[in-house]
Amino acid sequence: MRAEMNESRQIFRHGATLSPTCRTVQLPAARFPVYAWNGLTKGTNLNAGIVFRAEGIGKSYPGVRANDDVSFDVREGEIHALLGENGAGKSTLVKMIYGLVQPDDGRMELMGQPHRPSDPRAARAAGVAMVFQHFSLFDALTVAENIALGMENPPPRRDLAARITQVSTEFGLPLNPARRIVTLSAGERQRVEIIRCLLQNPKLLIMDEPTSVLTPQETELLFATLRTLAGQGRAILYISHKLEEIRSHCDRATILRGGRVVDSCDPRAHSARELAAMMVGGQMREIDRTGRSAGTVLLDLRGLTMAASSAEGTSLKDVSLSVRAGEILGIGGVAGNGQEELLAALSGESLSAPGSVTLEGRDLSRAGPEARREAGLLAAPEDRLGHAAVPDFSLSENTLLTAGGRKGLVRHGMIDRPAARRYAEAVIANFDVRTPGPGTAARALSGGNLQKFVIGREVLQAPRVLVVNQPTWGVDAGAAAAVRQSLLDLARAGAGVIVISQDLDELLELSDRFCALNEGRLSAPRPTEGLSLDEIGLMLGGAHGMEAAQA
Amino acid sequence: MIRLVPRTETAPVWQVATPILAVLATMIAGGLLFAVMGYDPLAAIRTIFWDPLFGQAAAYSRPQLLVKAGPLILIASGLAVGFRAGIWNIGAEGQYIIGGLCGAGVALAAYPGEHWWLFPAMIAAGAAGGWAWGMIPALLRNSFGASEILVSLMLVYVAERCAAWMAFGPMKNPEGFGFPGSRNLQQYPSAANPELIAGTGAHWGVFAAALAVLATWVLMSRHIRGLHIRAAGLAPRAARFAGVRPEALVAFCLGLSGALAGMAGLFEVAGPAGQITDSFGSGYGFTAIIVAFLGRLNPFGILLAGLLLALTYIGGELAQLTMQLPAATVQVFQGMLLFFLLGFDLLTRFRVERRITA
Repeated sequence: MRAEMNESRQIFRHGATLSPTCRTVQLPAARFPVYAWNGLTKGTNLNAGIVFRAEGIGKSYPGVRANDDVSFDVREGEIHALLGENGAGKSTLVKMIYGLVQPDDGRMELMGQPHRPSDPRAARAAGVAMVFQHFSLFDALTVAENIALGMENPPPRRDLAARITQVSTEFGLPLNPARRIVTLSAGERQRVEIIRCLLQNPKLLIMDEPTSVLTPQETELLFATLRTLAGQGRAILYISHKLEEIRSHCDRATILRGGRVVDSCDPRAHSARELAAMMVGGQMREIDRTGRSAGTVLLDLRGLTMAASSAEGTSLKDVSLSVRAGEILGIGGVAGNGQEELLAALSGESLSAPGSVTLEGRDLSRAGPEARREAGLLAAPEDRLGHAAVPDFSLSENTLLTAGGRKGLVRHGMIDRPAARRYAEAVIANFDVRTPGPGTAARALSGGNLQKFVIGREVLQAPRVLVVNQPTWGVDAGAAAAVRQSLLDLARAGAGVIVISQDLDELLELSDRFCALNEGRLSAPRPTEGLSLDEIGLMLGGAHGMEAAQA
Repeated sequence: MIRLVPRTETAPVWQVATPILAVLATMIAGGLLFAVMGYDPLAAIRTIFWDPLFGQAAAYSRPQLLVKAGPLILIASGLAVGFRAGIWNIGAEGQYIIGGLCGAGVALAAYPGEHWWLFPAMIAAGAAGGWAWGMIPALLRNSFGASEILVSLMLVYVAERCAAWMAFGPMKNPEGFGFPGSRNLQQYPSAANPELIAGTGAHWGVFAAALAVLATWVLMSRHIRGLHIRAAGLAPRAARFAGVRPEALVAFCLGLSGALAGMAGLFEVAGPAGQITDSFGSGYGFTAIIVAFLGRLNPFGILLAGLLLALTYIGGELAQLTMQLPAATVQVFQGMLLFFLLGFDLLTRFRVERRITA
């Protein structure tokens, strides 16, 4: 009800520039592109150029002060980065701007008007749009149908399709409104979300870690679009933990730590290390790659072919690779191209044809997870809660999922509870897991801390070969550096490591050889040294929607 | 509009408090029901919950407590293991009947010889029968993905027909003057399951139930397989990652609960029931489901819940005798108990929010 009122008020406000037919349609898209604030802000010089302003915003949850006295502003035409570790309060802040939660203290202004949305609908009506990290699209429907679902009053399908085509060409985001979502790549799906937002003619566009699923070429395309949008006088609030990206593309950065604004700077004037130091409030650990040499082949995959485990899964097609002692093999590629299946084939959750998985000459293709761990092949899956760990189990109990045999925590089937507790304590101490103790439930840990625990649980078992999938996904910079260093240390001690990741910076930092997994096929590995981003992009299957340009 | 909103935190005290609240609510709702039916509600509640233990007829009814609680606890211990893993054996009643038939079959085959090994062999046969009956839904689920809930429930009715066939056919007592039903095993010393401690009602089945409580506690909280079972119920993918094979787990849980239910059936046929009749299945297998949930799937909770449900059995019978309450009273009570338990559980995990929508 409130949202509708806002909307009608807004239409009334825009009335001067709208034709009567547009007003009767009451379609947000029909007002596009109209830049209402130009007219509104001209009179008030004080607020000139400021699209959004927060003053003294505070928000508490039971036991935690998520935001405290947060003040910052976002100006017209800028790409403004919001930087901070996980748990620094970024999500709480943008949720308040988008109306998902309400602030306890302070005030917000949008275009000089008080901004206090009671729900996302009200926020959208006021001119805030948000592209979430996880897409909310229906696979079976077309692009146009998905966009219509997100609208208050969708126009006739043909008009909408025309609008979508118009907006997508205007901003250089090629997209066919008649295609089904299921046929789109991650980058194209994100375009659907962005266009859905643009049709609302937002003044402030919030983007939550948008490039985590994109290839380098797609990332460039996205930033070109954001630049166009900013050039039109919109403001973009950009959340990311990829420092290089922020340095090369953002105009200003507001840095949050522990719920407070600690700094505001021009990211282009600082190095990535300096930015990271501001985020974590101290010096970043230097990644140490030295002291490793490749030894004998430990793990050998020969012609591994495996059907998809589910309807949405990807089958593995004739995957071959080898990992030597002391070596880190990086496997890049956008998630959903067989990464989970490859991890399952290595962890023993899925069995494969005899001879396809060999560890130090021993055929493990038909061995289950426990036998593989015993042989020294360990794995850490991507999904921390529910796959790598049982959310409701304590950390001690979670050590028993994988470390029972190798660490002697289980003898003749009986659990040695003090030993499990000691092992959990050892993981906590060695990997700087911030938690009250080994009795804490896994679900109570932040993503970064649980990831350190999950990786630490495997690393401290001294594996011969360790396979990790997305080891630093959604993990803050400090924890990510710790996880990466532990993988390098493990390789230095003579183990083989496979890192499956979407984060190219991470793969370039860690791996000795690089290959890409695309639609279940693994490219031939190449030495990481001297590999350019363009070459990597092509290995990953090129930029979707740009094939024509490259042909 | 009323909506249920998940609570972010659940206080552990509710784990203990909800069963107690459910019992109290059952007493209140039951009392109201009796009042509407024209009985004195206080007297009825007293007859059901107090008199069996401390009333005039307590000397007779007190031993009955263990006689009824024994099979309930034995069956519920096995069911709870499966329920923890998310494997729903609803057909313990059928496994109980088949276990009784198999155990009685061994005894009747050996009749009238007296052997020291007869009773142990009957226990083994009872457990094997229940196990085999439980393996049918396990195999169907593992090979065809059939729901073990439906298959195990349907097999109860098959088992009931088997019991009737045996009582009227192959197992009919040749010296029974044509009445349906087998020989009375209580009068066959090698096969009998007598009261071991006079005046307590404790027969071998009661000791087996106590043993089952201890064994399932060790399994669930000290053994790696118990950890795997709990993991499978909470996070199936994590259990798989740990090395649990889902098919093996289904077979283990249905087999274990089937074997324990089968043993309960054997102890019953050789003891309190004495013989196979067409109405051998007496509902223990279904009531045990309530016992398992009321006991929070915890072995010691099940011990207490089993005693409580046994009390409603005995008290219900007493109320029939002394107050002429209908025979369905017990079932209504047990149904209400489960209803209130699930209701209160829901409220501990969700809070009710009223929203006015425009």
